[in-house]
Amino acid sequence: MALDDKHEAEGRVFKIVGTRPIRPDGIDKVTGRARFGADMSAPGMLVGLILRSPHAHARIRSINIAKAEALPGVKAVVTRADFGNVSDDDLRDILHNVMAHDKALYDGHAVAAVAATSTSAARQALKLIEVDYEVLPHVIDVDEAMQPDAPVLHEGRSDETVPAGMSANIMHRFEYGHGDVEAGLAAADEVIERSFKTAATHQGYIEPHACLASMGPDGQADLWCCTQGHYMVRNTCAGILGMEVSQLKVTASEIGGGFGGKTTVFLEPVALALARKSGRPVKMVMSREEVFRASGPTSSTSIDVKIGMKRDGTITAGWAELRYQGGAFPGSPVQFGAMSCFAAYDLANVQAIGWDVVANRPKQIAYRAPGAPMGAYAVESVVDELCGKLGLDRLEVRLKNASRDGTKAAYGPRFGRIGLTAVLEAAKAHPHYTAPLGPNQGRGVACGFWFNFGGDTCVSLNVNPDGTVGVSEGNPDIGGSRAAMTMMAAEELGIPYERVRTTIADTSALGQNDVTDGSRVTFAVGLATIKAARAAITIMCARAAKIWGIDADAVVWEDGHAKPAGPNAGKFPPMSLAEIAAVATNTGGPIAGHHEVNAEGAGVSFAAHLVDAEVDPETGAVKILRYTVFQDAGKAVHPAYVEGQFQGGAVQGIGWALNEEYIYGADGRLQNPGFLDYRIPVASDLPMIDTVIIEVANPGHPYGVRGVGETSIVPPLAAVANAVSAAAGVRLTELPMSPPKVLHAIDAARG
Amino acid sequence: MTQIHVSTKINGDAVEFLCEPNETLLDVLRDRLDLTGAKEGCGTGDCGACSVTVDGRLVCSCLMLGAEAEGREVTTIEGMADGEVLHPLQQKFLEHAALQCGICTPGILVAAKALLERNPDPTETETRYWLAGNLCRCTGYDKVIRAVMDAAAQMRGA
Repeated sequence: MALDDKHEAEGRVFKIVGTRPIRPDGIDKVTGRARFGADMSAPGMLVGLILRSPHAHARIRSINIAKAEALPGVKAVVTRADFGNVSDDDLRDILHNVMAHDKALYDGHAVAAVAATSTSAARQALKLIEVDYEVLPHVIDVDEAMQPDAPVLHEGRSDETVPAGMSANIMHRFEYGHGDVEAGLAAADEVIERSFKTAATHQGYIEPHACLASMGPDGQADLWCCTQGHYMVRNTCAGILGMEVSQLKVTASEIGGGFGGKTTVFLEPVALALARKSGRPVKMVMSREEVFRASGPTSSTSIDVKIGMKRDGTITAGWAELRYQGGAFPGSPVQFGAMSCFAAYDLANVQAIGWDVVANRPKQIAYRAPGAPMGAYAVESVVDELCGKLGLDRLEVRLKNASRDGTKAAYGPRFGRIGLTAVLEAAKAHPHYTAPLGPNQGRGVACGFWFNFGGDTCVSLNVNPDGTVGVSEGNPDIGGSRAAMTMMAAEELGIPYERVRTTIADTSALGQNDVTDGSRVTFAVGLATIKAARAAITIMCARAAKIWGIDADAVVWEDGHAKPAGPNAGKFPPMSLAEIAAVATNTGGPIAGHHEVNAEGAGVSFAAHLVDAEVDPETGAVKILRYTVFQDAGKAVHPAYVEGQFQGGAVQGIGWALNEEYIYGADGRLQNPGFLDYRIPVASDLPMIDTVIIEVANPGHPYGVRGVGETSIVPPLAAVANAVSAAAGVRLTELPMSPPKVLHAIDAARG
Repeated sequence: MTQIHVSTKINGDAVEFLCEPNETLLDVLRDRLDLTGAKEGCGTGDCGACSVTVDGRLVCSCLMLGAEAEGREVTTIEGMADGEVLHPLQQKFLEHAALQCGICTPGILVAAKALLERNPDPTETETRYWLAGNLCRCTGYDKVIRAVMDAAAQMRGA
């Protein structure tokens, strides 16, 4: 589609899309009936628990499980020896993360697991497992892990992109950009270079990981779990346990938050191994402490940024070097950080270098727009400082340099139709931007970007005999996506929302579906739902044509009815979906539509956030006074849930900016594995979060939908940092901006 | 471990159960009585997902022993709707889209009901402070606060 083409949905009057119906799973969730990961049980079920390393880095000399196995009530004990060898590198890393091999690589790393008839027996059995550790030196900080003499986690894992002589903890070097950065900087009137650090944060979903596994002697297994992708769980567990994929059926429970943190496995392969060994169903539920110590937070980072600007606000060059530790295994999201940090700007000269580093911390896993918020924080802080130094309006400068349709992105491709300038214009025109501020108050603004994703998707849509419709899809609904699918199916079919029911099918019912991630679901599953509905409509039109004795292509579908068209127009009364469904047996049998696709064309999404903050100069405490999110949604299918994504992302970002951090002791142990000391935002910390939905249709989706879930967490780190820096009168360069750090910065500035 | 026999009332029904002396009320509700509406988010009283009322008082059921329910009256999320008729708070949470994943929702609803029983006309600030012990990671609390205040307004008018 050329950029000047009209979108296919332009001018279309939607009847259901854009309204705010009650979500189909709503009543279950307000009455306690909804079943989440830990809410399932099975006859004869055992309790599974994991023994975890107390050391940040230790060689495991031996594990003696004899006493634990002998304890009454204990039905199985497993260690790494109960799993076979896995040849695939990524799968082997996952296995070694869920059950340590020769070394424990972080505080909380699983080393053994038990299944017993009661929780108390299982707890007692853990104490009877004897592990002989040789404690090794450890490293926690990313910059320290990159030193040539740092303790090494894995020898020989650095790839060819890493120059010789650097620490073996550096796994990979990424580089993106174009133009001549040095020439660009030389042409600038002002150049600012700054270094930033951000602490590791956790997704903080309220539901701990949980699963229930059973396996028969024939090797057929069932797994119930809370996950963002049960097809991923199936494929990963089958790979780790040496099973055929068809032998394992995974059912996704309702999921109590994920934000990326449930896009891998932790307990599931262990529960299956315990079920295999014991011959009994095994249920495992993590404690909150285990969630913090041994699931996947995101990276801590260290970032340098250098940007040049002319007096008129033109950015002449941007350069960044990003160092992300991703925990004990390769794969930190530094690549996404390096790709996205300059995405909001149309730059002639830009370079971003990323270093993927390992350290003695839990293996990171995706956290909402993985890698992007930290890069944006550093870049948007420097842009803000340049605006201040040159006396320029912060939104004008962003508009002047903004990426537009056709801009060559810093990470390579040219953007298609994008909504950044519309977002920035909306922010500029909003009363928030010009509202007065009081003493010790500051206003921050920042842009954010996320790629969005499509991926493998299957949808089956069945027309039932009574004229209702069932939609089966394979992506766990984390924030109302069943409502969105139901709305799109009803819109396309022309029937009421209440007559469509959407179900998340288990892994035996559909083909491969990618994980609920990358803000892909409303885009990709929505696209497949619309295409499945269109396939069903084609069949229903043919059935009506058969009844009327005319050609199928002489029938059109309008307002939920088949109607004769062309020369036959008006010759027969329209047939409703329900009327066609009622006689389907006599016209050829059941009616269904389905669509399977690797969905391409996910439109990127931009946001701008405005925030007012007040700093208490006596304590360093920060209060968020006002917050407004502006974001391009392409087309908001259910605006209330789009607003919810904007608000939730903003508040997670506020927590990241102000309070949240993984705190390690000198012994390499996590000091704050609980919600009391790892403080996520609570209701009394916050104002209302205002939202403005911008709709610049995505050409890749029939209705113009863009993913919205992740972009919203990208700007707030920088927006809040810019507001706090303005309020405090000193530039803050380290997250979180907890009261002691803010106070220290104020005191240092005062001299 | 010798188990303790407990007689109590849950959501208006007389209930008897056996539990271990160190077993929490939350574990009893979930694992022995199949009342899985109350959730364990932390087990340390920090997240409020396990909120129930005991003799009308809002408590974290993860911080109370099952044995302490002897002779008390416990109310959980399962007792909130009157048959098929939702409580106004439940209805307003649906209308305002005040839940995304829904794991914290039972606890927030129980806590909000306890608030409105004490204060039928709370300010936004009072609502925010009352619910400060109920963590929600999805919504940023905006729609939650609006739903509670709207329910309060409706209940005052009713």
